[in-house]
Amino acid sequence: MSDVRIITGNEAAALAVKRAEPGVIAAYPITPQTRLAEVLSEYVEKGELKAEYVRVESEHSSMTVCISASTVGARVFTATSSNGLLYMHEQLHWAAGSRLPVVMCCVNRGVGAPWSIFNDQQDSFSQRDTGWIQLYCRDNQEILDTVLQAYRIAEEVYLPVMVCYDGFVLSHTMMPVDVPDAGLVKKFLPPYRPHTILSPEDPKTINPVFFASRRENADGVLCDGYMEMRYKMQAAFERSRTVINAASDEWAKLSGRNHGGMIWEYMTEDADLILTGMGSIATEATLAADALRAEGIRAGVVGIRAFRPFPKEEVAQAFAKASAIAVFEKCISYGYEGGVCSDLKAALYGTDIKAPIHNYIAGLGGRDVKTRELVEAARTTFEAALAGDAGNKTIWLNCHTG
Amino acid sequence: MEKTDTNISGVCTPAPGEAGKTGEWRDTRPVIDPAKCIPEVKGKPACFLCWLYCPEGVVTMTIPVTIDMDYCKGCGICAEECPPNAIQMVREVDIDE
Repeated sequence: MSDVRIITGNEAAALAVKRAEPGVIAAYPITPQTRLAEVLSEYVEKGELKAEYVRVESEHSSMTVCISASTVGARVFTATSSNGLLYMHEQLHWAAGSRLPVVMCCVNRGVGAPWSIFNDQQDSFSQRDTGWIQLYCRDNQEILDTVLQAYRIAEEVYLPVMVCYDGFVLSHTMMPVDVPDAGLVKKFLPPYRPHTILSPEDPKTINPVFFASRRENADGVLCDGYMEMRYKMQAAFERSRTVINAASDEWAKLSGRNHGGMIWEYMTEDADLILTGMGSIATEATLAADALRAEGIRAGVVGIRAFRPFPKEEVAQAFAKASAIAVFEKCISYGYEGGVCSDLKAALYGTDIKAPIHNYIAGLGGRDVKTRELVEAARTTFEAALAGDAGNKTIWLNCHTG
Repeated sequence: MEKTDTNISGVCTPAPGEAGKTGEWRDTRPVIDPAKCIPEVKGKPACFLCWLYCPEGVVTMTIPVTIDMDYCKGCGICAEECPPNAIQMVREVDIDE
């Protein structure tokens, strides 16, 4: 029997965490994540979730608590946004380098200065290279399902996973969400098995100085140097592609809901024009695709669900027949272009795809992005391609750039 | 079969030599003069300030006092602390072996 509730994205995330039964939660409240941290503390306080909720003085500490607890064998959770995520930056590297399956929600918010509490994706985008898997959600149901999948993925490949969803647009917006029962989640999510057990009976030194070269230990075993450790991490990322897809498929079998693995597609089968993006802007692009089809333009959408690892093979396939591509994104790599756009271009290099790619920087700091604006932008891209203009462009959508 | 490093993160078991033979770092070597070293001169356990101050724990509290050259980094603290100046720091390049 289904249990559909009308809840916000933050509440959906909290319910997923409750079902995953972490042993330790450490979170520091920050808009727009606050409600998620609050709901979890309520669960713990009421005894509905048997976790230790560690109150910390900062995000740097909340991640440190997660790292420590995960090292000694606890499933952990934290969540943050914006400058809070940036304050964790150093510890993000420590979690990834220690290969700890920490799961964190990043409720996407613009980064200061100047202050913004509103949505864009510059926060998680700027943490792209910390060694975390990043998954982006398009609606509240996907947030709930993705948090559960995140634990499954993280604990299989021993990499931390960041579940990203748009602040306010999803975190504070109510939608119907089907909440899976505990039994179903237990079937999907086996207990956490740490890769290294730290205990007084078996003392170990964790993360000592690694020298550049490989070296023999006291038992004569030739041990990894720093580079070998880094290579193992990259290899885990490569393996995680299959694991992300498999987790999505398995959850679909159990729950009946499939949000896609690395990517999702909407009416791309015969699409000449493909709109793409991450998170809620890609959801909105599906409405734009409908409107464009009503005008007679065969449009479709590819949603990037996994930003790291980047779905290089999936996009090469999904965009194979496109004659024009419009990338909408809520972040920018200053001095170049949108980060999704760069990665997409790199993934398509050397393929037969020669479609022009227009990069639309949109919705920064919560600026509203309307479906009709997406329609207009995508139509411009399509018409340029039709007219034989093969040039790539970066355009700031609905911004007074005079 | 050759043992390989199966750790996926930086982990080691505390043991001598886990960081490699740190004696390779040394460029000056402590050389003890038995004619001046107090335990040796007196023929009984005494002094052992070199053993006490060695940050690497490579000096033995024995007669004669010995230093494990596989791990002595040549910092010279023992020579600095030795009351009768029985320990001289000699440049490795000046030692012919």
